[in-house]
Amino acid sequence: MAWRIEVGLKPEIRDARGERVRREIREHLGIDLTSVRTIDVFTVDANLSQEEVAAAANGPFCDPVIQEVAIDRPLAGQFDILIEVGFRPGVTDNAGRTAREAIQYLSGRPFAPGEGVYTSVQYLLSGPVDAQGAERIAADLLANALIQRWTIVPAGRFDRKQGLPVSVPRVEVGAQQAASVQEIDLNISDQELLRLSKDGMLALNLEEMRTIQAYAADPAVQAARRAVGLDQQLTDAELEALAQTWSEHCKHKIFAARIDYDDGAGGRQSIDSLFKSFIVRATRDVRAAKGEDDICLSVFKDNAGVIRFNHEWSLAFKVETHNSPSALDPYGGALTGIVGVNRDAFGTGMGARLLFNTDVFCFASPFYSKPLPPRLLHPRRIFEGVVEGVEHGGNKSGIPTVNGSIVFDDRFAGKPLVYCGTGSILPATLHGRPGHEKQANVGDRIVMVGGRIGKDGIHGATFSSEELHEGSPVTAVQIGDPITQKRMFDFLLVARDRALYSSITDNGAGGLSSSVGEMAQDTGGFLLHLDRAPLKYPGLHPWEILISEAQERMTLAVPPAKIDDFLALAREMDVEATDLGEFTDSGYFHCLYGGRTVTYLTMEFLHEGGPQLRLPARWQQPDLREPDFQQPLDMEATLRHLLARLNICSKESVVRRYDHEVQAGTVVKPLTGVVNDGPADAAVMRPLFDSYEGVVVAHGLCPRFSDLDTYHMTANAIDEALRNYVAVGGNIEHVAGLDNFCWCDPVESDKTPDGAYKAAQLVRSNQALYDYCVAFGVPLISGKDSMKNDYMVGDTKISIPPTLLFSVMGRIEDVRQAVTMDAKRPGDLVYLLGNTRDELGGSEYYAMQGVLGKHVPQVDAGAALARYRTVNRAQAQGLLASCHDLSDGGLGVALAETAFAGGFGLRIDLRQVRTDAPLREDHLLYSESASRLLVTVRPSHREPFEALFAGQEIALLGTVAADRELRITGVDGEILIRADIDDLKAAWQSPLKEL
Amino acid sequence: MAKNVRAIVIAGNGTNCEREVAHACRLAGADTADSVHIAELLAGRVRLDDYHFLNLAGGFLDGDDLGSAKAGANRLLHAPVAGTSGHLVDQLRCFIADGKLIMGVCNGFQLMVKMGLLPEPQKMRQTTTLTFNDGGRFLDTWVHLQVDPQSPCIYTRGLRGLYLPVRHGEGKFVAESPQVLAGIEARHLGALKYSDADYRQAALEAPANPNGSMGAIAGLCDETGRLFGLMPHPEAYVDRTHHPRWTRETDLPAEGMGLWLFRNAVNFIRDEL
Repeated sequence: MAWRIEVGLKPEIRDARGERVRREIREHLGIDLTSVRTIDVFTVDANLSQEEVAAAANGPFCDPVIQEVAIDRPLAGQFDILIEVGFRPGVTDNAGRTAREAIQYLSGRPFAPGEGVYTSVQYLLSGPVDAQGAERIAADLLANALIQRWTIVPAGRFDRKQGLPVSVPRVEVGAQQAASVQEIDLNISDQELLRLSKDGMLALNLEEMRTIQAYAADPAVQAARRAVGLDQQLTDAELEALAQTWSEHCKHKIFAARIDYDDGAGGRQSIDSLFKSFIVRATRDVRAAKGEDDICLSVFKDNAGVIRFNHEWSLAFKVETHNSPSALDPYGGALTGIVGVNRDAFGTGMGARLLFNTDVFCFASPFYSKPLPPRLLHPRRIFEGVVEGVEHGGNKSGIPTVNGSIVFDDRFAGKPLVYCGTGSILPATLHGRPGHEKQANVGDRIVMVGGRIGKDGIHGATFSSEELHEGSPVTAVQIGDPITQKRMFDFLLVARDRALYSSITDNGAGGLSSSVGEMAQDTGGFLLHLDRAPLKYPGLHPWEILISEAQERMTLAVPPAKIDDFLALAREMDVEATDLGEFTDSGYFHCLYGGRTVTYLTMEFLHEGGPQLRLPARWQQPDLREPDFQQPLDMEATLRHLLARLNICSKESVVRRYDHEVQAGTVVKPLTGVVNDGPADAAVMRPLFDSYEGVVVAHGLCPRFSDLDTYHMTANAIDEALRNYVAVGGNIEHVAGLDNFCWCDPVESDKTPDGAYKAAQLVRSNQALYDYCVAFGVPLISGKDSMKNDYMVGDTKISIPPTLLFSVMGRIEDVRQAVTMDAKRPGDLVYLLGNTRDELGGSEYYAMQGVLGKHVPQVDAGAALARYRTVNRAQAQGLLASCHDLSDGGLGVALAETAFAGGFGLRIDLRQVRTDAPLREDHLLYSESASRLLVTVRPSHREPFEALFAGQEIALLGTVAADRELRITGVDGEILIRADIDDLKAAWQSPLKEL
Repeated sequence: MAKNVRAIVIAGNGTNCEREVAHACRLAGADTADSVHIAELLAGRVRLDDYHFLNLAGGFLDGDDLGSAKAGANRLLHAPVAGTSGHLVDQLRCFIADGKLIMGVCNGFQLMVKMGLLPEPQKMRQTTTLTFNDGGRFLDTWVHLQVDPQSPCIYTRGLRGLYLPVRHGEGKFVAESPQVLAGIEARHLGALKYSDADYRQAALEAPANPNGSMGAIAGLCDETGRLFGLMPHPEAYVDRTHHPRWTRETDLPAEGMGLWLFRNAVNFIRDEL
């Protein structure tokens, strides 16, 4: 029988959650309620005695100091309207899972299959709101209809004796829904093939469908199938396995395509795979040039790239995107994004301890006020949901979030970008072998560890390979469970150190089909019993078990001699682990259900059988011009307005919601300066307690430059990442890069008539990636692409600006040499490193004036590399008091930030700025020319500092002052700007302070 | 007098800070500092009796899904130890009766309070709590903490003030009744209070008081001073490079203030146990 337990705060206790909801209802929906109170509801559906239920209710479910509890009667007091929000059947309910475990500790017996605890939250609204308003509050704010459902009861209709009826959101499985396997007739017309692909969410194109059709028709294939009792028609499980393996998400078809590139100036080039031609080649050439100093250990082949840290330890880093799920459910999408990339970084090599998270978001303005097309959530809701999702994912997992940024452009209303990165550390040598290597062997058991399988996340891989449209599936949305994952990681690290397995990988996109299928490439086949997989609830078809992307699962290869120890350890550490079959050398992707074969595809066809995509790409130089406007009269106000731009302003309200110090290794934190609120350029961590060697993490991205030329967008992103990295002390000779492309669909079609231009943008971006990685000597070790960041419903199409996130990770010899960006003491000398040019195209300053411009910043890698090396030498000698990178808002913003972070004024003379040609004052201040750094130097260090930089582009601009005034002298020798640094800081902090 | 000071940190089910807490114990002079997964204790292979200093580390036990550390408290109170008829809580009772030391940080403090170990371990009844910050959100920020010089707390002996990070969403200290709070104040059990930067004035308001705690209480001990819980993270400031301004405050000592709490504990054990 089911019980309903309500837990609410005592009337005299402040309800912080309710107050926050009330505030959000006012801000988002304009409904000003007098109060919102909340009640937690546990629906316990289990065979328990009255006493056991009472013990749970009054024990683990309730905090007796502040809460009161009621069983099967309502707690609600005064209210005008009540909304109760609970999960839909089958959605991950973390509190419900914890509540079930708590009851089991109390009763001493496990729940029976089908029994469970389900949680919901009751909101008691008081104030001017009717049923219609309550419906809006529920639908637009409190709940997400994809994963939750709600009940609205006005006070007049509320049963004060019984409360709400008990409702159990169990997944109901009718007898007719028993697991079954469908055979798919592929002997059909092209049109029907395409319909099959579309209706089945397979995201396969006609050529791919035809290739599968031909495979099924091959007499040799049919003979082999008959031998295992299969019909010549493919099964649904086989078609689904092919669709996910060949999906854009897993196979990167666009990066593997043959591209016919027309450079718009008469040049033509045939590119056989962007990935091989630019990315792999860049790394190969960098490694060859570095020779003995090569830092790469494992590139492109594993879940994350691996580089050397020192002789004992190696570092892995992976960045993922979770854009499509975050568009539908920002909280769940971002949460699964972060816990998902955690599994990648963990499942690298033989397993690696997680060290840090990074997060980079691209959103439309949270203050967006235009009407939104259907199905899009308001950017502010996306902002808050994503931030909260990453907060829960990172904080609960005990991983410091050390680096990130938020970039705003209203085109990201069509698809927000949610980049989640995780770094990890693993022993260089483990049980006598390199820790970054692994190998499944024939005969090894296939073991799935962690969470159970449900319908959640089915078609995630194929869904993210399409634009967001009306039929986008709700099962693609999931909620992560950081604690189940944490328990699994705790267990796996012990198992790793006891040498209990031979290979490990993550279950992410494509689920078992992908993880087992890929690991089986080591041996050349596998035999998997789908019916042995633990399920969250009965009623899943074999194909669903195979491709479900249910979270918190890893797949391992365990030698038969170790399997008993492995499973025993898992039991003891409260982690579910199940032996599902074995790795073979049969050559087949072989799955059984109830002893009957349900897939029998050759490994070769699955992994190599997909046809190569062909793409046209035509570059056309956009018709751009430089704007014609006068320099503003009030340059102080201009600086303040620029500091308050969303892309420049302080993100402190977000940063402080992330634990950036857990693990006690964060040496340069995201916020720095005299009152801990200046914007650090990059993060420095000390991963080992017995050494001062450090890890430095930074990133660059500048999608605005894509409107001018993606070649220079890419060059600037790489340079921005490296100059941030160098600014804090990262060694430019010991750094690796990760490329994460988020593009709008570059495949020319009726929906995308400008596909060839977008493809050319992609080609140019890759060209720059190769050119600059080689020039800087930075190998690429991992990357990912997300190529369908468009929104299309009806006639409305929104495409994001092409965006490359370039993340870097490297080493600092001694963290005590790290440098932060805040001015340190009066009298210090202020230098600008690097020349300033007429390069305001795509700048924040031009954007503030409503113009794009033409002169995009261009990166001189040779000069930049010499500068960065010299900065490293100056840091090692302790010559830099502060160092800050110049990016959005150029010199003006960097000066302001250096001043107010340090709590000192500056005296700056613009006449000293080095330029190639004379520039206007506003251009001097706000040009975004690349590779520049602003440093302060103690007067006593002036000589050695200037000697180090002899022959390079450096300029002494002025000094740090003891007062709080930023005073800038213009080109005519008159004072151009005289600003109080507290005013500047207030402007910089104002926009997102309350979010 | 303990020749060898033995410290244990219980890990698992969502603890996050066990490595750095064990490290802080070692830096403070503990001869042994083991981070032990709770499965080892529940399997009966490791016993609390073998240690002097029990550390309950920060994290999110069971995701704090039922309120911070509630499910974790339930486990410690009810989980049986394999191969015995006893429960882990029996070992804990003996540990306390033997006059040994327990320090809970952040989630560990929440755990102690919700098990009823603080402020009166004999009663094992929850009379205080740590609940959602007034700001309604998780917050990572550094705070100043004033030490009550009259407190029996052995960890804060000889100290005046501390500067440490807080990193929590549920750190607001609330007492069941004004009497409970008065009892805490009268006995000087609120050993650490959020304060101004000079450690002179306890802070009842944000931002100095980051969560709205009653009585500005950031750390609470029992009457013996041997059981102590605190929301700020002492293990997160044991080296000068942990300090948020170490790149500008060049006169900071090499050792961080958080280490003092661990050192007091280790010295106490060496001298008195």
